[in-house]
Amino acid sequence: MSGTMTSATTPLLDIRDLHVGFQTKDGLVPAVRGVDLSIMPGETLAIVGESGSGKSTTAHAIIDLLPGSGRVTQGKILFEGRDLTTLDRREMEGVRGKLIGLVPQDPMSNLNPVWSVGFQVEEAIRANGVASGRKEVREHAIRVLKEAGLDDADTRLKQFPHQFSGGMRQRVLIGIGLSSRPKLLIADEPTSALDVTVQKRILDHLATLTGDAGTAVLFITHDLGLAADRAEKLVVMYKGRVVEAGPSRQILEDPQHPYTQRLVAAAPSLASRRIQASGGHLESITHETPARSAGVDLIAAGGERSHHAHAASAEPAIVVDHLTKEFKIRGGKGTSKVLRAVDDVSFSIPRGTTMALVGESGSGKTTVARMLLKLESITSGSITIDGTDIAGLNRRQLFSLRSKMQPVFQDPYGSLDPLRSIGATIAEPLVTHNVGTSAERRARVRELLDQVALPEKLIGRFPNELSGGQRQRVAIARALALKPEIVVLDEAVSALDVLVQAQILTLLAELQAELNLTYLFITHDLAVVRVIADTVAVMSKGRIVEAATTDEVFGNPRETYTRELLEAIPGAGLALGA
Amino acid sequence: MARYILWRVLQAIPVLIGTTFLIYFMVFAMPGNPLLALFGDRTPNPALLERLEEQYHLNEPFLVQYWYYLSGIFQGDFGTSFTGEPTTEILARTFPVTIRLAVLALIIQGVLGILVGLVSGLRKGKFFDSSALAVSLLLISLPIFVIAFLAQYVFGIELGWARTTVGSGAPWADLILPAFVLASVSFAQIVRLTRASVIETKSLDFVRTAYGKGLGRNRVVPVHILRNSLIPVTTYLGTDFGVLLVGATVTEGIFNVPGVGRTLFQAILRGEGPTVVSFVTVMVLIYLVVNLVIDLLYAVLDPRIRYVK
Repeated sequence: MSGTMTSATTPLLDIRDLHVGFQTKDGLVPAVRGVDLSIMPGETLAIVGESGSGKSTTAHAIIDLLPGSGRVTQGKILFEGRDLTTLDRREMEGVRGKLIGLVPQDPMSNLNPVWSVGFQVEEAIRANGVASGRKEVREHAIRVLKEAGLDDADTRLKQFPHQFSGGMRQRVLIGIGLSSRPKLLIADEPTSALDVTVQKRILDHLATLTGDAGTAVLFITHDLGLAADRAEKLVVMYKGRVVEAGPSRQILEDPQHPYTQRLVAAAPSLASRRIQASGGHLESITHETPARSAGVDLIAAGGERSHHAHAASAEPAIVVDHLTKEFKIRGGKGTSKVLRAVDDVSFSIPRGTTMALVGESGSGKTTVARMLLKLESITSGSITIDGTDIAGLNRRQLFSLRSKMQPVFQDPYGSLDPLRSIGATIAEPLVTHNVGTSAERRARVRELLDQVALPEKLIGRFPNELSGGQRQRVAIARALALKPEIVVLDEAVSALDVLVQAQILTLLAELQAELNLTYLFITHDLAVVRVIADTVAVMSKGRIVEAATTDEVFGNPRETYTRELLEAIPGAGLALGA
Repeated sequence: MARYILWRVLQAIPVLIGTTFLIYFMVFAMPGNPLLALFGDRTPNPALLERLEEQYHLNEPFLVQYWYYLSGIFQGDFGTSFTGEPTTEILARTFPVTIRLAVLALIIQGVLGILVGLVSGLRKGKFFDSSALAVSLLLISLPIFVIAFLAQYVFGIELGWARTTVGSGAPWADLILPAFVLASVSFAQIVRLTRASVIETKSLDFVRTAYGKGLGRNRVVPVHILRNSLIPVTTYLGTDFGVLLVGATVTEGIFNVPGVGRTLFQAILRGEGPTVVSFVTVMVLIYLVVNLVIDLLYAVLDPRIRYVK
């Protein structure tokens, strides 16, 4: 990598042969195994990798904030020529914030809920000696927040984090990170918890700020498209090692390492972009990438989907008609406001097809799913499943409806009972609905594990022994246990790494073809919609603003809102394979 | 906020009436004639007995007795004890002593428990943590009267640091040793609670961010770790105040503190309905007020909590 660097200046940050390990009962477990990278002043470098690749650990090692028992076991971290690994606590406190700023990952958990936003900005300013004196510190805090895009900072200084939206909190954190004009900013997945359009605005803003101030940025992300969008140089990490490094475009266009090749092939943002490129382009790329990729290929999966769509029958499995949901929100002084979460929504899903319901958080998409599953009452309108209006069902009928319609939720960690073995978890719906003898149930569990491509030996294991992807497979197996006709997938792949996500999406497509399932696929991520859905409905503020086939929505979006969503997909602006 | 407080005060009314009713009923249902017990072995003059029964309404059915009592309360009359002393006077004499004792104990266990819990949590698994755990377990497993006698013996007799019994008027200095004994009951609980809370808080994201933005340890520990860890501990301290009032009965007995515990105990033995009920009512009242204060404090400690009603 240093070979490509022709600049005469010395690097701002130079990491040499960095090893980080975590002390456990079984000895030292290495998390980072020999990482080399360097960042020039004012440069943006992105580390890309899946969870567990060591990318965040590398970032935290720089500022000595490794969690728990983690420590640097070998190597040097040179910052302006000074080895950070040799500093004592006080010296390190002088580096953090002042010279190296941090913008953490999750805006929801990175501000202390009990202190006002102003307090938390001001204490950073005071600690780094940027300003002193009550008034000066306050003024500086307001300036910093305004720069970070919080226009009404002066009036909102006294408010608490929970009174801010996720995007606003991330702006606060960016403001804190940049408050003392550091030379390097570590941005650890700074927007992965945010909606795509918010993500785009915030990252654009961050780029302007750091560009103007000449701040170097170390950008950590799992999203290859995002990394390529935002950084000049990429470092791809896998299992604690750097597997590939170089200029972003070069890596995307000509990935050398097999892992990078799989990553490029699986990245939904990039894949969908390439499918969108019509005719000849598609072919030239499909022969290029999958030929080398060892893993799943979303382009192929996308192709399969379009065949499947034509084969689907027109008979609707789900019909939603003028559906409305209102919530009463308690206001001050005994008044109450009515919030219309879902506003006159109508759609139908033909049997054996997938409809994606897309929208940002707060758009009402999950409320629709909850009403469909009868977990939420309907204010007005109707939902018809297999020709039966679900409003009029009694307890017994509802019970049998539930066996025909099963959900898979977003969080594979929260949706499995940690005290129940995998076998018992998958068998639970069978027991509840009194299906078969215990021997038959055991056989069915084995069959289901096979269907979701999990080894049989997992039957006796517990959720904490499984990876996120495996857990989501278990959740899918459980949903399929009763041989349902409809599966409601609420952000079912949003919490997963790209490669795992691609595997699960492929699995879902295969299962659909095999079992003629109908999917309602709820997501905020337009990129995955392309490869899984036959039709798309875009929701905003409780209404469906656009509904059409997937090709139409992606190829020719009619609404400005849909276009905004599409443009905000990271990597969308990269003209790959052109 | 004002509406919420009003609502809570209104809620307290049925609780208070319910409590007095239950206690009154229990005292009423106790076997034996309390007046006969008062006379000991001697047979009282039937006319005198009848006059006394009338005076205390003992010849009336339960509900009528209860009604007399309740209507008296609303006129500020809490009844009189069999010794002729108005219950209000007994309350005024004993409650300040017990509350002083309980507050002292609360401060001791709060300050010491939180401090030890904080250090234990920050040094999880180290020597200090293990020793604190051992001491807490020891204190939990010893009954309070054992601790009381031990403290009396060691600090009162052997070392001579404190008086073994509390003098009249119960001055603060005399109450320190009993307060320490009383505090030992919940000390371990508070240490464990603070420790668990600190361990949880110190690994939260915002603590790492606080370090990341350049704050030193001397600022992060009190402002971001301890401050947030106090939220569950505060709730516990509130409910524990009630336990301290009750626990004071044993401690007061051993240290001869002229407080509520001893007086109430004697009143129960004598079957003095109005006295018992009045004491319990005031205790319930204190308990309700303390819990309301804790709930309000909770909103101060955690700005995410807002009371609307």
